[in-house]
Amino acid sequence: MSTDTTQTPPEQIVYSNMLFYGCWGSLALMAATYLLYVLGVLTPHVPLETVTQLWSQPVKAYLTQGNVPTGWGWFKLIGKGDFINFTGIVLLAGMTILCYIPLVGAYFKKKEPIFAVIAILEIVVLLVAASGVVGSGGH
Amino acid sequence: MKRQIFFKAGLPVLAAALLVAVYALAAQNDAVVADALNQAGASGPWWMWPLILLFFCFILGIIAVLAGVGGGVLYVPLVSGFFPFHLDFVRGAGLMVALAGALAAGPGLLKRNLASLRLALPVALIASTCAIVGAMIGLALPTNVVQIALGTTILFIAILILKSKNVAVPEVKNPDAVGIALGMNGVYHDASTGQDYAWKTHRTLPGLLMFIVIGVMAGMFGLGAGWANVPVLNLMMGVPLKVAVGTSKFLLSITDTSAAWVYLNQGCVIPLMAIPSIVGLMFGSFVGVRLLAKAKPKFIRYMVIGVLLFAGAKALLKGLGIG
Repeated sequence: MSTDTTQTPPEQIVYSNMLFYGCWGSLALMAATYLLYVLGVLTPHVPLETVTQLWSQPVKAYLTQGNVPTGWGWFKLIGKGDFINFTGIVLLAGMTILCYIPLVGAYFKKKEPIFAVIAILEIVVLLVAASGVVGSGGH
Repeated sequence: MKRQIFFKAGLPVLAAALLVAVYALAAQNDAVVADALNQAGASGPWWMWPLILLFFCFILGIIAVLAGVGGGVLYVPLVSGFFPFHLDFVRGAGLMVALAGALAAGPGLLKRNLASLRLALPVALIASTCAIVGAMIGLALPTNVVQIALGTTILFIAILILKSKNVAVPEVKNPDAVGIALGMNGVYHDASTGQDYAWKTHRTLPGLLMFIVIGVMAGMFGLGAGWANVPVLNLMMGVPLKVAVGTSKFLLSITDTSAAWVYLNQGCVIPLMAIPSIVGLMFGSFVGVRLLAKAKPKFIRYMVIGVLLFAGAKALLKGLGIG
């Protein structure tokens, strides 16, 4: 179980590489979709002027007055200038889940079932958060 | 020569500019400022605020790196206090900002063994689960209650940064059973001294329990929680400072992910303001990292403590309906 060398464990390298490409890829995607949005290439679902009026209101007002969907409802509006931005945002928020997947196999292979189970549990926790089944309140 | 002049004079000026801007905004009558901001938000050109936010976050990114704090801890109190955005959206964007910064730093830290997966995985499971609970609490509570709690927390963080005396390589004589069972140990190479340092943890269980509170607070306020992670890992659990700082930063990428999803699913992330915040802070962080080697961040550190004290007091007063 102990790590007695300064060498970086292989599973840590895999995680690092996946994170590097995923993070910069999602940031590039975010920048590109933002330009499509603000330059008016794609028409937004909520007009830009309306967003600036609603962003000082609680989220509930923004959702009702802007007719904005919650959860994964944005996916149906992916062709709209504002909602296409969520592709980069969601990829960024999903990177940790993707990076955890190879850890499960790596720890089982190293005969470290405790860490493999911890990795599985973390994936479950993050998937529950991502699914939108928690926090359905909002004010 | 020009660069030296910039480092000696330019940085403090840049840092002071942010401080002056914050104080100048606050020095005016709050009602007048709020009216002006609302009017600008309602009738001004839509591109004005994203542009201001981009520049503001760029400066914030530089200062955050030089002061050794995460972006979220400065972003949430300052942007919620002085920009026209509702706290719901500021917290959503704050989490995305903290998440992007942590994800970008992760690969370098993991490859250099300055972040330990063995240390991070159990801690992250606790913190990320509790961050979901914190986010749900934060979204369910009335805004003024969250403002009061946020103000109090920010004031506490400022005092913590001021008083905290971390230990470079803590001595762990008796590693505990939990730390041994989870294999929370390692060796890291310190390039500055050329030496290898073996480390292990003690007081592991109380340390892990602390991450329940840290996770809830991160989710509730939309803050990264580096300010809390480092003291617990270093002072409580006995992890060397460099590994504690690196693992803490990496940890944020997991803790903030769970809370970010809750805010994202609730519609609290508005791309028009969130993306300039993320991009501005990321570019600011890059510039900050390049300046870090030559800058003398002591002044900036004290300035950040001042800004946090001020922003915390402002949030507290706003929550109490005084500010």
